[in-house]
Amino acid sequence: MTEEPCKEVTSAFRITGLTKVYGEGAAAVHALRGVDLVIPSGELVVLLGPSGSGKSTLLNIIGGLDRASDGQVYFRGQELTALSDAELTRYRRDHVGFVFQFYNLMPSLTARENVELVTEVARNPMDPDEALALVGLHARTEHFPAQLSGGEQQRVAIARAVAKQPTVLFCDEPTGALDSTTGRAVLKVLKDVNERLGATVLIVTHAAATAAMADRVLHFADGAIREVVVNKTKLSPEEIEW
Amino acid sequence: MSPLDRKLLRDLWRIKGQAVAIAAVIGVGVLMLVMMTGIVTSLDETRRAYYERYRLADIFASVTRAPDRLISDLSSIPGVSVAEGRVTGSALIDLPGLDLPLRAAAVSLPDFGEPRLNDIYLVAGRRLDSDRSSEILLLEGFAKAHGLQPGDALSATMNGARRTFRIVGLAQSPEFLYTTAPGELAPDDSRFGVIWMSRTALAAAYDMDGAFNQALLSVGRGSERTAVFAAVDRMLDHHGGLGAYGLEDHESNRFVSEEISGLRAMSSGVPPIFLGVAAFLLYIVVSRMVQTEREQIGLMKAFGYTNVEVGAHYFKLVLAIAAGGALAGCLAGIAAGRALIEVYLEFFKFPFLVFQLDPGAFVVGFSVSVLTASTGGLIVLRGVFALSPATAMNAPAPPDYSRTGRIGQSLNRHLDQPSRMVLRRLTRQPGRMAGAMLGIAAGMALSVGMISILAGFDRTLALTFTVIDRSDVTVTFTEAMSEKAILELQRMPGVIEVEPVRIVPAVLRNGLKTYRGAISGLVTEPRLNRAVDKDIMTIPTRREGVILATALADILGIASGEMLTIEVREGRQPVLDIPVIGIAQSLLGSPVYMELGALNRALREPNRVSGAYLRVDSIHSQSVYRTLKDMPTVAGVSLKADARNAFQKLMDTGAGAMRYIMAAIAAIITFGVVYNAARIAYAERARDLASLRVIGFSKGEVAFVLLGELAIVTLVALPVGALLGYYLSFGIAAGFSSDLYQIPAVFTPRSYGAAALAVVAAAVTSGWLVKRDIDRTDLISALKTRE
Ligand SMILES: Nc1ncnc2c1ncn2[C@@H]1O[C@H](COP(=O)(O)OP(=O)(O)O)[C@@H](O)[C@H]1O
Ligand SMILES: [Mg+2]
Repeated sequence: MTEEPCKEVTSAFRITGLTKVYGEGAAAVHALRGVDLVIPSGELVVLLGPSGSGKSTLLNIIGGLDRASDGQVYFRGQELTALSDAELTRYRRDHVGFVFQFYNLMPSLTARENVELVTEVARNPMDPDEALALVGLHARTEHFPAQLSGGEQQRVAIARAVAKQPTVLFCDEPTGALDSTTGRAVLKVLKDVNERLGATVLIVTHAAATAAMADRVLHFADGAIREVVVNKTKLSPEEIEW
Repeated sequence: MSPLDRKLLRDLWRIKGQAVAIAAVIGVGVLMLVMMTGIVTSLDETRRAYYERYRLADIFASVTRAPDRLISDLSSIPGVSVAEGRVTGSALIDLPGLDLPLRAAAVSLPDFGEPRLNDIYLVAGRRLDSDRSSEILLLEGFAKAHGLQPGDALSATMNGARRTFRIVGLAQSPEFLYTTAPGELAPDDSRFGVIWMSRTALAAAYDMDGAFNQALLSVGRGSERTAVFAAVDRMLDHHGGLGAYGLEDHESNRFVSEEISGLRAMSSGVPPIFLGVAAFLLYIVVSRMVQTEREQIGLMKAFGYTNVEVGAHYFKLVLAIAAGGALAGCLAGIAAGRALIEVYLEFFKFPFLVFQLDPGAFVVGFSVSVLTASTGGLIVLRGVFALSPATAMNAPAPPDYSRTGRIGQSLNRHLDQPSRMVLRRLTRQPGRMAGAMLGIAAGMALSVGMISILAGFDRTLALTFTVIDRSDVTVTFTEAMSEKAILELQRMPGVIEVEPVRIVPAVLRNGLKTYRGAISGLVTEPRLNRAVDKDIMTIPTRREGVILATALADILGIASGEMLTIEVREGRQPVLDIPVIGIAQSLLGSPVYMELGALNRALREPNRVSGAYLRVDSIHSQSVYRTLKDMPTVAGVSLKADARNAFQKLMDTGAGAMRYIMAAIAAIITFGVVYNAARIAYAERARDLASLRVIGFSKGEVAFVLLGELAIVTLVALPVGALLGYYLSFGIAAGFSSDLYQIPAVFTPRSYGAAALAVVAAAVTSGWLVKRDIDRTDLISALKTRE
């Protein structure tokens, strides 16, 4: 196997010259200013950067939730930025798991039903109860979001994201609102998913310590990648300082 | 069950208050449509069945006297299936305790067996025994009005001779559903009777042995009626034929038809307006409701749900509400229709009911509800689908309040924080506020429309009986008399003013359009009963032409200056071609006015009158009535007060009664509109309001932020609604107007005030209901769940 084709085949995402501008004229905000990046398949990647630097914007675009202003995103060699709305929907449905910063649970559905909402349309889902057990919520499956704490809601959101056994898992500040113990538990689940399912996991955070568990750390500032660090040795989530 | 369907059920449960309010508004619109069309089709069918079962004739022809053998000639006319002759005459009934004699028609029944045409429905007692010439059957409505029973005696004057009869039974007949005394507009059970007697007995009373004076004919389906009419008229011409006329010109049938077609016009004119308002509201509320789901829509899209799947989910939600409302409306409409039809059965005196619904109403009701609701949902969904899921999912970016402008800034200094929040929301979301405002304005318009109709009914009565007709008493003579009769009336003590009139039956023709009515010959400058123009100024009658009522001009499609053909059906039966010289504002009936002298000249009967209008000193009225009663030349006396009461009753029990029901429905819709506007505004802002509470605003201040918005939207809606209502009123008024009476749309400050008051009351109640919910909000759970 030669170096180059191998890289092409095993890269989950290849991103070139990605820009995103919100608004127009004087009010325009340049959220992404030309991102070039390759994310190899199966890695756990951490995206670090200050608030407002464009992390969520990047995640949304490669997750198929938003469209770029310019540049290309390739997923397994296929250009996401060229897909139609319906094809993007297909991509999200078949490959992507999301964990949002603000949980975004359906308030009128119980924990299990929130997970079922995704497994219902997934190609190869887990049992929803199994997914909830994975995040330690087997006892709370019948509770509504309003009856759960913030950390518990976030774990439901993670169970929901992993239950479909996604090819890629995007997590936007999954531990942002959590205490250290819960935070570590959540990270552990993400790592498990990465290792057991072989899913590519991309975690956005501003907690620098999280970087220690990643295969690859992307330092982000002002709408562009400033530095890429490949970790030789990774810590387990339990070892991370909070 | 799929999680989406479970979400659907829980969402429906969560918004049940709002869902019910929306469903109620559209449901009431559908109710009205189903109810009205159901009543109309049922009445139509019932009438048809009644006529058929009692073999009502298709053609009526009166003659002075014709030998019985002519009947077989009549029945051999091609197209005629049955012909029958009978004797009819006019009679006066004297009831003890009444100042005035009451007019009646006497009608013969065959000595043996049932009549082949125009059978009767025996309500009480038994049929006639032909051996006893003093036996009569009496029209049930008249008997009831005077407390007469089978077994009672009745004295009546026929052909100048007074006799006492025995009532053996009470009867109804499809021929006499409505009885109107000659020269009067509104039917009145108590003032006109029908007496049925055996043929032999009645022929004896009217010198009609071996002869008849009225022929009844039924014609086969599809036969050429004009040819039949011509043949009948030819055959009866030598016997004093007054011209055959069809069932459509028969007085009672015409009245029933008018009432039913009034109801039909109303059912096709008014419910669509109501349904349209309800549908508009449904559209606005559903679109705003789906808008509040924006983040959840984005979330579903983020998970890979397709537009079709998300759309289907919301379609089900909208369908549940709209179809639920429509279904409830249909069921309630059937129930209401059934209940009301009973009232109408009694009003129309149908002895049985053929209840029938109009399937078209269900289809229209359902499709309008579901279509408008789906459109409302779809348009919002399309908007949300056009956003990227990332944008949809995040709460909409805080609106840019920086553009509030200089006015805003100078205002700011004088306003407290909550007031500023209200103002900014109004100015920043003008589209949404305009929608809410238009919804409330539509409700207001409906109220204005209905209130102006209620006022219109009163105006019609007031105008007709106090302004146009200023007489107290109308006297009808037994036949056209010389003008000396007027002098005699003038000499009576207590009579202040007398105005002669000559009324002759006539057929009016303009091209193919005809109308069977009567001509009123009036003096040149009438003062008591007159034709008036739009400004209620008397239109003088002139020799050169006739004056038509607006309604009649519409029926005949004729305008001032055009030629009208009048076929007089009295005396030498002249045919006149005469120009229309004026159109009179008439709200009751369809009168035609002509100058008295000109009418008499046309008839070649100079100086004749058939009646008179009297103004009577109220102190002497009793003695005047007594004197009139004893005058042999007087056939009937009608008091304007009675006529007015009869009309009031007609308007309150017939098609016009629907106005009260419609006003109630308008009130329900108006309330529903305002309540929905308040609820949806609350749903949109629930989280913001909870945040305000958390940062220390009081319940009152928070309620002010929401209700202040509602108050301003309502206030803006009032003038807009008043304007919309102005135009709406004409549509509703046209729906309520019929040949019998015209209803103007009447606008008074009071009707606007009342409508505005209704809207404000609805707003206050809605505000109070929503405030209760604001006070009850559980702050923690409101803030905790991000939708
Ligand atoms: N919908 C939007 N409209 C306008 N500007 C936006 C929008 N979303 C994000 N931004 C701007 O883009 C920049 C990057 O935002 P984001 O990607 O959310 O940053 P991060 O996630 O790193 O905190 C910020 O300056 C933000 O204000
Ligand atoms: Mg972010």
